[in-house]
Amino acid sequence: MATTDIHIHHDVHHHDDHGHDEHHHEGNFWTTYVFSQDHKVIAKQFLITGIFWALFGGILSVIFRLQLGFPEANLAWLKPVLGQWITPENKLDPEFYLALVTMHGTIMVFFVLTAGLSGTFSNFLIPLQIGARDMASGFLNMLSYWFFFLSSVVMLTSFFLETGPAAGGWTVYPPLSALPQAIKGSGTGMTMWLVAMALFIVSSLLGGINYITTVINMRTNGMSFTRLPLTIWAFFFTAIIGVLSFPVLFAAALLLIFDRSFGTSFYLSDIFIGGEALPHTGGSPILFQHLFWFLGHPEVYIVLLPALGISSEIIATNSRKPIFGYKAMIGSMLFIAILSFIVWAHHMFVTGMNPFLGSIFMLLTLIIAVPSAVKIFNYVTTLWKGNIRFTPGMLFSIGLVSFFLTGGITGIFLGNSAIDIQLHDTYFVVAHFHLVMGSASFFGMLAGIYHWFPKMFGRMMNDKLGYIHFWLTFVGVYLVFFPMHYIGIAGFPRRYYTWTNFETFSGFADLNMLVSVAAIVTLSAQFIFLFNFFYSMFRGRVASANPWNSTTLEWTTPRNPGHGNWPGEIPSVYRWPYDYSKPGAKDDFIPQTIPYSETPESNLPHENELIKLESSNGHGAIIVEGKH
Amino acid sequence: MAAEIKLVEEAKVQAGMNPKKFALWLFMVSVIMIFGALTSAYIVRQAEGNWLDFEMPTMFWITTAMILTSSLTMHWAYFSAKKDNVEMAKVAMVITVILGAGFLVGQWLGWSELVANGIYLVGRESSGVSGSFLYVISGLHGVHVISGVIFLTVVMVNVFRLKIHSRSLSQIEMCTTYWHFLDGLWLYLFVFLLLNR
Repeated sequence: MATTDIHIHHDVHHHDDHGHDEHHHEGNFWTTYVFSQDHKVIAKQFLITGIFWALFGGILSVIFRLQLGFPEANLAWLKPVLGQWITPENKLDPEFYLALVTMHGTIMVFFVLTAGLSGTFSNFLIPLQIGARDMASGFLNMLSYWFFFLSSVVMLTSFFLETGPAAGGWTVYPPLSALPQAIKGSGTGMTMWLVAMALFIVSSLLGGINYITTVINMRTNGMSFTRLPLTIWAFFFTAIIGVLSFPVLFAAALLLIFDRSFGTSFYLSDIFIGGEALPHTGGSPILFQHLFWFLGHPEVYIVLLPALGISSEIIATNSRKPIFGYKAMIGSMLFIAILSFIVWAHHMFVTGMNPFLGSIFMLLTLIIAVPSAVKIFNYVTTLWKGNIRFTPGMLFSIGLVSFFLTGGITGIFLGNSAIDIQLHDTYFVVAHFHLVMGSASFFGMLAGIYHWFPKMFGRMMNDKLGYIHFWLTFVGVYLVFFPMHYIGIAGFPRRYYTWTNFETFSGFADLNMLVSVAAIVTLSAQFIFLFNFFYSMFRGRVASANPWNSTTLEWTTPRNPGHGNWPGEIPSVYRWPYDYSKPGAKDDFIPQTIPYSETPESNLPHENELIKLESSNGHGAIIVEGKH
Repeated sequence: MAAEIKLVEEAKVQAGMNPKKFALWLFMVSVIMIFGALTSAYIVRQAEGNWLDFEMPTMFWITTAMILTSSLTMHWAYFSAKKDNVEMAKVAMVITVILGAGFLVGQWLGWSELVANGIYLVGRESSGVSGSFLYVISGLHGVHVISGVIFLTVVMVNVFRLKIHSRSLSQIEMCTTYWHFLDGLWLYLFVFLLLNR
């Protein structure tokens, strides 16, 4: 639909003898909407692709939830879509079940919550909130999206292989993922998975390098690091973590590619298939786990930190209060970022690692609870006695805090190397990470979309539909994942196709049914959002320039900012981004662009000192070197 | 009044570094992480025992000398360009490109030497994985050197077209940084492999 509209628009533009020149003064359809180097268009491209993948990944999960909740159901009605993946007995093919689980994980973690979240909001908000015309390199930024697009195409194509997509779990542990004889999904599907991920890593690195460079080098006059909104801090740390950890995944994947395609034995050793010994010998599968989780754990924070940054901004704005503990927020994110690199082995407690080493990783893991708790307390204390406006974005941000808390607490259990022996690879783990990183980050992404939709498309989303969407999703997510804790403590292992074949596991069928029904309802609720999103894009209420009365720079741009973001000069910044409800001030917010000299009624003593640094012509401080 | 002003809070108009140069440094950090991962994997696997000791091919000593020399000539080219000594810069760039390409040929010959010594990419014994590591690590470094030689060639062409001089140095500066980095990276890998055979 969007494409058609744009085409018409383009034709009008063409025949109108450049009547609309002041709106888009350069480029045709292709350079404006497809191969654009403008950060806002690239952000929207990431967003739309991310939404596509979120829907795709969500549908995959509902298909395997059907199998888990209703193992006796007749799935013949899915035959037109899934074809041979529905067995002649009208059941889901067991190997395809594994492929569904694998692809659900891969798509959600990498394509939705990494590319869809960081790609959208880092691209959109970094230049707008730090006061830059665009990213440091628009060209690399464009390449970043198109590598992601290529990666998406390869991953999507693998669904149409006869042997199906990769099926060895999203962690692709060898030897299962390395041997095509082991499982259908380890054939061409796995090769395409590796190709897609290699392209994805290139895309992430290009994006991350660009984000870091932009934040460090392109801030506007007066935008010191202590005046950056917390969103930018979060994107900045995320990009640093990405630049350091994705290359390690690349190294792990490279060695796996050599094992799969060239016959080396980095990860493979002494394997017999059908009574016959394979030529591989001398490798170590644990080595892969070390390399994988060295990326894999930081990846959790690559997914989570942007969502936390977004919610910090939204909660402060809609509580009409300064964020509580601005520096503590930055410090805790820094601490989390550092810790994320030294806890990876807590995913490997049961690989037979030295128990002493296990204790060290356990200690480091549990320390993460400290900065995480700092963040939660700061959110709650920001809300405390605030003048709260429950916009949909605000509700989703509060939902994020709730998930981050409930999911984080179970992390303390799982981080114990002793308790992990019982809980490892059960549904308890599934419940834990879906709440703390899956749902929390997903809510952060939705909160960001509701909050910045007016800036992205110049129109408002419908609040009523937003509330319905929020409550259905919020309750749905808890109904899905809370019962999973019980199922997990009871010892149900994850990734099993069926439990009814085992006497031990045939209980709790009702609970699994509840989970599946809740999952279907939650997915259905997302269509309300989709309708709201696309309808509001064209028919929504026209947004004012600053609909949330927010202080940050992006709201000083025109309603639909063109290429370069600000007509005329880039505004200078004089204060931090959280001057909400400042005592004595006229309004309950003071934008970052207002100098202290204009607000004598609300200045604190040390801020009056800063007036001297502000020049009258709006160019910020005069840099004086030496004496006059 | 202006004399009293000290710059405390304000960010500078243009934070020091050229964004492209900064991005190059970040790229080099990510390359370090790849090789950090591979050499860590090497140590972890070696600690498990069952490890074939190999001799470094003599050719690798020669290529090491070549890439070290090429770093010097690269810097010579950079200094010459800085002093607008175009003729000298041309000579130095040509030598650097030849040494860079020579390094790649030398690495290939080194691999042939390894094969002659019975060290293969796919080891036939369970201890042969040490050879696999050697090929993958030196091969991946070689891939980066290929990108470096392409960059060198671009800079060389620009030197010949008189596009690089004392007021337009940023490209040759970036090339120098990257080439020194690849040199240092190889030195690290070479010493690492020598010490951990």
